[in-house]
Amino acid sequence: MTFGRNFGKKCLTLHQIVKKAYFSIMKEQDFVTIADLSKEEIMYLLEMAKEFELHPNREILKGRVVATLFFEPSTRTRLSFETAANRLGARVIGFSDAKVTSATKGETLKDTILMVSNYADVIVMRHHIEGAAQYASEIAPVPIVNAGDGAHMHPSQCLLDLYSIYKTQGTLDNLNIYLVGDLKYGRTVHSLITAMRHFNPTFHFVAPKELAMPDEYKTYCKDHGITFEEHTDFNEEVIKDADILYMTRVQKERFSDLMEYERVKNVYILKRDMLCKAKDNMRILHPLPRVNEIAYDVDDDPHAYYIQQAGNGLFAREAIFCHTLGITLEDVRNDKTII
Amino acid sequence: MSKKERIVAAIENGTVIDHIPAEKTYEVANLLKISEIDTPVTIGSNYISKKLGKKGIIKVEDKYFSDAEISQLSVVAHRVVLNIIHDYEVVEKKTVTLPDRLLGIVKCNNPKCITNNEPMSTYFTVVDKLSPHPELRCRYCDKVQDIDKVELCK
Repeated sequence: MTFGRNFGKKCLTLHQIVKKAYFSIMKEQDFVTIADLSKEEIMYLLEMAKEFELHPNREILKGRVVATLFFEPSTRTRLSFETAANRLGARVIGFSDAKVTSATKGETLKDTILMVSNYADVIVMRHHIEGAAQYASEIAPVPIVNAGDGAHMHPSQCLLDLYSIYKTQGTLDNLNIYLVGDLKYGRTVHSLITAMRHFNPTFHFVAPKELAMPDEYKTYCKDHGITFEEHTDFNEEVIKDADILYMTRVQKERFSDLMEYERVKNVYILKRDMLCKAKDNMRILHPLPRVNEIAYDVDDDPHAYYIQQAGNGLFAREAIFCHTLGITLEDVRNDKTII
Repeated sequence: MSKKERIVAAIENGTVIDHIPAEKTYEVANLLKISEIDTPVTIGSNYISKKLGKKGIIKVEDKYFSDAEISQLSVVAHRVVLNIIHDYEVVEKKTVTLPDRLLGIVKCNNPKCITNNEPMSTYFTVVDKLSPHPELRCRYCDKVQDIDKVELCK
């Protein structure tokens, strides 16, 4: 099964045509966005992640070299990608700080990507500039995996969120999903809305007015027949019907009015007593890092799932590596390299 | 051909650009680098127009514009008409329509977009191009911008 979504609707340069032809033979592809994946494609990747959860340690990528180029700092995402590569037998090169690279000497992204393409079979990149991964995918002869491009996209986080929801609920269909906190700037909640459009969700947006869900995403919901409700209160009554409670951090630097921040900063903190009416199947997700938006006593509650969620990132990213390198779900199921 | 049209198109050979929104007349002239043309040029503005209220007209003798030059026009004045004149006759009317994509013509107004941080071309898709106010979506950062507020690439 090949997806090939990155070449559908654009004018191609000669280089891109060559890359497309090569990718179609080798079944390799970029993983830059999750926004235009079909329902079947999402389920395919989740099934692959499930296989990796059963057997995370293999040598299916033995002999391959993965480059992780982190122009912007990250803890979880980088470690999880590097662990995924290591557990599949690949070797990893890269950097975790752009300050140690030639980018500080003024090297363009294009030159860095083309140079690294000489060494690696796949490039995982995080960059603070929006659209950097899309551009890299257009110039690199090897697959590009977007590990976050500024406030724009973070598709591997979205895939692990979907996997966490699928795993805990047994389905992605017809769920009540509550998004709490910073809904204005939080790219993870925006990606989740677009990825969930295939699954008939009901969303509840719980946020202060300053950080409310932007109109463009509410319009998106209406255009795609997604039901949603908005709340400014956050208490046990509001969340009692939730299947998924997706928490995000209300960041002080997002407020133009600090008085407003002081007023709302404690309103969107999840405390254990707020879970008294929660459904048994409800699970609390958070993209992490958490600062104070989930009280520490919630960690011991059976609804808490955010640490396991981060663990699911490993399986999702193992699936992403194989998918980008042309290894199919069937190959993974028939893999003889399991350790 | 009516007398009115003959007056507008009274050049022997060349191009008459008609139906320019009056306030865009000089922007169109700049885009087409009219000041660098050494054949006779007439720029008229604030003519009464049934469609536009007021319109501008630019007549350029012995000059025909390439498709690339014309597609740039579509960004600032997406309803203009180019009359191609041979021997005092309008032999072709070219309507400037917005293409589906704009490559390297318009700047992205998001300073954090890769196109403003790398030596590369911009790429926009036109959203709802039949609307009176079409919008442009950046292929890289996905930000949508109003076509009437765009800045052209230098």
